Amino acid sequence: MDPARGAKLSTWLNDQRVRGAIYQTLLLACVAASASAAIYNAVVNMRARGIPMGFGFWNEVAGFDINLHLISYSNLSTYGRAFWVGLLNTLLIAVIAIPMATLLGFAIGVARLSPNWLLSRLALVYTSILRNTPLLLLLLFWYNAVLKSLPAPRQSISVADVVFLNNRGLYLPMPVPGDQALWFTGAFVAALLVAAGFREWARRRQERTGAQAPVTIVAVALIIGLPMIVLAAAGAPFAFDIAKLSGFNLKGGLQIIPEMAALVFGLVSFTAAFIAEIVRAGILAVPVGQSEAASALGLHRGSMTKLVIIPQAMRLITPPLTSQYLNIVKNSSLAVFIGYPDLVQIFAGTVLNQTQAAVQVMAITMAVYLAISLSVALALNLFNARYALQER
Amino acid sequence: MERLAYVREAPEPEDPPPTLTRGALAWARANLFSSPISSLTTVGLIGVGAYLLPQLVNWATTRAVWSATDGAACRQQQDGACWAFVVAKWDYLRFGSYPVAERWRVDAVEAVGAVLIVWLLWTNAPRRVWGALLFFMVYPTLALILLHGSSLLGLPIVDTLLWGGVFVSLLTAVVGIVFSLPLGVLLALGRRSSLPVVRLMSILFIEFVRGVPFITVLFMANNLLPLFLPERWAPDRFLRPLVGIVMFSAAYMAEEVRGGLQSLGRGQYEAASALGLNYSRMMGLVILPQALTLVIPGIVNNFIGLFMDTTLISVVGMTDFLEAMNNAIKDPVWAGPTIMVTGYVFAGIFYFSFCYGMARYSAHVERNLARGRK
Repeated sequence: MDPARGAKLSTWLNDQRVRGAIYQTLLLACVAASASAAIYNAVVNMRARGIPMGFGFWNEVAGFDINLHLISYSNLSTYGRAFWVGLLNTLLIAVIAIPMATLLGFAIGVARLSPNWLLSRLALVYTSILRNTPLLLLLLFWYNAVLKSLPAPRQSISVADVVFLNNRGLYLPMPVPGDQALWFTGAFVAALLVAAGFREWARRRQERTGAQAPVTIVAVALIIGLPMIVLAAAGAPFAFDIAKLSGFNLKGGLQIIPEMAALVFGLVSFTAAFIAEIVRAGILAVPVGQSEAASALGLHRGSMTKLVIIPQAMRLITPPLTSQYLNIVKNSSLAVFIGYPDLVQIFAGTVLNQTQAAVQVMAITMAVYLAISLSVALALNLFNARYALQER
Repeated sequence: MERLAYVREAPEPEDPPPTLTRGALAWARANLFSSPISSLTTVGLIGVGAYLLPQLVNWATTRAVWSATDGAACRQQQDGACWAFVVAKWDYLRFGSYPVAERWRVDAVEAVGAVLIVWLLWTNAPRRVWGALLFFMVYPTLALILLHGSSLLGLPIVDTLLWGGVFVSLLTAVVGIVFSLPLGVLLALGRRSSLPVVRLMSILFIEFVRGVPFITVLFMANNLLPLFLPERWAPDRFLRPLVGIVMFSAAYMAEEVRGGLQSLGRGQYEAASALGLNYSRMMGLVILPQALTLVIPGIVNNFIGLFMDTTLISVVGMTDFLEAMNNAIKDPVWAGPTIMVTGYVFAGIFYFSFCYGMARYSAHVERNLARGRK
């Protein structure tokens, strides 16, 4: 080869843009080749094993029962219906576990910073143990060793014959709305609205004149008082359906199945330990100068915490806290180990086994979790954009 | 001579040392009884502790059954732990159904692994690069040959169906870290690459895996991997969850490493370019050594999560330590009311001591690093 041309070629090959293009083309080719090989193999394998293609199974009769469904469901319902039941059960766990874990986590995180040495040590022991024990072990312990070893329904542990606890679950009185329920609910909503209005008015007045109003006391009085007045005037709004022993089982009441209780206990106790650490780190990260400045302004301890420390700590706490909430949603899939009918247990478990449509079922399941994760991430980004530190 | 108003002739007697600024009492006052609420909390906690702790200790020690050949003694002693059960099942908990005659192979793999890990984690050890090379390159091959067997070396083949117990948990975690760390570094570099296709693919992979629960990744590896590969390459039933755990862990490692890469100043990149280093040398000689050292605590924390996640592989039919414990608990010979609690408490102690040890290590490294960078 003519040396000049060789040099030209090597210069061309050493151009970063050319190299980049070559690498990217190679990568794309590799990914495309693996993907098409995978698809080809999947088609061949699925045909050979008689696995259905497409989503025709969605409208077929499922034929299995689910012991917890928020929407009507029977074993004559379709696989599609079973999917929605599972998804709602997953969301139900999240809705129950997230507020509980937040409360417990904040309490432990604050206890960790308590001036009381014993209390902060206790919180430290709690977070150390829970953060270093697998969630699955917690779930199995709660489910097998605690809840399943409770007495049988006939020997239920009962509180005043109203609340019952046995190995079939926890039975609470179920409120049944009576004639006055509408009035009662109306009074409650009205109290909320009036309290919110009063708060806004007090804020505006304080900004204008500097005078403060006792917002908390008025709000509490309104929210408790107004429904109570209605209660006294119109009579009880709810009748309570209390569980009763009939034969070998309890009938009626609001039954919380042990699978759900174990899942909630496990998720809450586990996640609370992580939230506690986040809260502690967030509060500690607020510079001391902030609280000193607040005292210099004459704020007392309560206002200082509420107006200066917490707002700044929340900016740091929120992103990792959100990812803990997502972890709760994702970890609720451990339901499969204790038989709580969540999305993974019903859909990626039973439906997958019955229909053999592994590719479709897994794609749908993962898409659901991805959609939840991405929408929460989007919301978090909006929050961050809104509350990010405004630097000049 | 006029008498002075006042002349001290002897020293004033000394005050007793202040009791409430120094010493145990002062400490107690400041830390336990600083306010009425604090005092109440202290008294309450001491009361509850005084009631619960002795019971717990007695349950675990004096009232426990320490040796027995079957569950009869434990059924008698219902308010104490049944450690005899753990002792009797210890071999099963460690090896699963691995053939008794071949269990020395597991011991050997564990011993070599322990030595290599200590070598890697001991920050002042000599020639850590060699340790890393051995751990990440030679050890996996050695472990595979020893555990699975090889007709060439005269080691009988042991099917993964028989594997189980502690060593499966450890092996899963080690395989997870050995493969996910390099993969994670590649993904992290990909995510920060200037090439749009590379960046996009890395982001897609990382965000996809981080957005779904680990169980679905396991299900996918278990159910879909055999479909996506030709029939004659059908992966082993243990290999499938391993692929899942490596993919899952790599995405989290990538984010950890990316944090390290981002925390290095631009100057490091610019200085490396100014020296004329190309991309691979810049990364290999300048950037990655600094970035990876910075994220050792994060990597160790990831490893703790990975170790706890290994409990989930039982969902695809592998017998890890926790699953072995579940099986042992079901043994009718040992059936009794205390067996289950004993088993789970023991499993808890096992996982806790591993993870807590790692956590302490990571905190220690973090403190050292912070000192170095001040």
